[in-house]
Amino acid sequence: MIRFEQVTKRFGAKAVLDGVDFEIKKGEVFIIVGLSGAGKSVTLKHMVRLLTPDEGRVLVDGECISDAGSKDLERMRNKFGYLFQSGALLQWMTAGENVGLPLREHSKKPDEEINKIAREKLKLVGLEEAFDKYPANLSGGMRKRAALARAIIREPDIILYDEPTSGLDPATSRTIDRLIADTSRKLGVTSIVVTHDLHSALSIGDRIGMLDGGKIVELADPAGFIASKQERVKLFLESQYITRKGSWEESTAS
Amino acid sequence: MLGEAMTHFRSALKRRARHDIVEQMYVAGIKSLGVITVVALFTGMILALQTGLELRRFGLQANIGTAVTVVMLREMGPFMTALIIAASVGSAIAAHIGTMVVSEEVAALEIMSINPVRFLVMPRLVSLMIMMPLLTLFTNIIGVIGGAIVGATQLEVTMTAYFDNARLFAQNKDLYVGLLKSVVFGMVIATVACHQGFSTTEGAVGVGRATRRTVIISFLTILVLGYMITRLFYKL
Repeated sequence: MIRFEQVTKRFGAKAVLDGVDFEIKKGEVFIIVGLSGAGKSVTLKHMVRLLTPDEGRVLVDGECISDAGSKDLERMRNKFGYLFQSGALLQWMTAGENVGLPLREHSKKPDEEINKIAREKLKLVGLEEAFDKYPANLSGGMRKRAALARAIIREPDIILYDEPTSGLDPATSRTIDRLIADTSRKLGVTSIVVTHDLHSALSIGDRIGMLDGGKIVELADPAGFIASKQERVKLFLESQYITRKGSWEESTAS
Repeated sequence: MLGEAMTHFRSALKRRARHDIVEQMYVAGIKSLGVITVVALFTGMILALQTGLELRRFGLQANIGTAVTVVMLREMGPFMTALIIAASVGSAIAAHIGTMVVSEEVAALEIMSINPVRFLVMPRLVSLMIMMPLLTLFTNIIGVIGGAIVGATQLEVTMTAYFDNARLFAQNKDLYVGLLKSVVFGMVIATVACHQGFSTTEGAVGVGRATRRTVIISFLTILVLGYMITRLFYKL
């Protein structure tokens, strides 16, 4: 569905991505983990061409998005929903107006119908009561849920999540995790989640790829990821108190 | 950016775009009326006082009506209005868009296939192009009234004499050229402010920088273009 082919991206002299090569399959929950500054968000932004690679290319459903013309880019971006780290809700609009914005801009549906759909999506993320509230009056977790409702309103094929649980308390983080898993299952979408929270990654991911030094150093399912022999992966697991003894469930239980 | 925004002018006729434009007109226009009234009134009063005092030395103070009106219509009306709008509305536009860039709201628009230039620049550009001449007209009227008050209270020029004198020498051309300037100034302010907003980097520091640059670049451009338009229409 999404394929990175030898993608290199430099900021100044530093190659944040250095020949990254991997493929994300249709319908899976793919997690990208790594330390801060490893290039996780940069990878995500390449998928919707908020950034373009210096070398290599990114394919979406076999089409190269990296050099697509403006019309093709718009068409290809319509496949995506994107949950930004901050939520990126427009501050002068209410949560309901934010959620309905993509439909208001791209459909000829009357306002009443758009509002009805926006309410349904907000209900889906457990936020129906926030329809008339402005983002400034919502908590961090509520903002992210409202942003998720906006991301799914046009029923995209792929949803990208940039650090969906960062800055949230553990309970809200698990709620967001469940929401991502439910959304993926109910809507049958491909989900790509960038996080440094391994608890989230192991809970909801079908496959986990770890970025380090500009490269994917490990790509495996949760069990394979915990059993990885890569030193960087072991250190990363240990830094979050996740041991290789037993399964992931056993290690969290301990 | 100006060219791209102008290609979206047709979409200004759509109902939702019209709503955005009216909202921006309210922000740019109605909310600026207070400060514009004070500045225009005192500009007219200062003009009347300064020219009146000099003209009185030659017994020509009856001509302050013409002096104040012509200067207000040709130069001070559009110029003072543009400075106020650049400092208040222009800086606010730059700060707003700059904050949106920093908080990834502009990137979110792009992902939603919403063109940020059409969505953010076009309504601001159109609203300033409409509001600037209206505000300039308002500034002109208040400025001329300010001059009349000083004439009547301090220079012994009656209101009737003041306005008769103004009508005698001020031409329609003075008004039209001034209004043309105001439209150009409106385009300058919107374009500079939006461009600086979209160019914002480095968080809050960048937003502050964009705001400061907007005011400085707008002021300088308004000064230079003001001279060029005057030179174009009033040859020696």
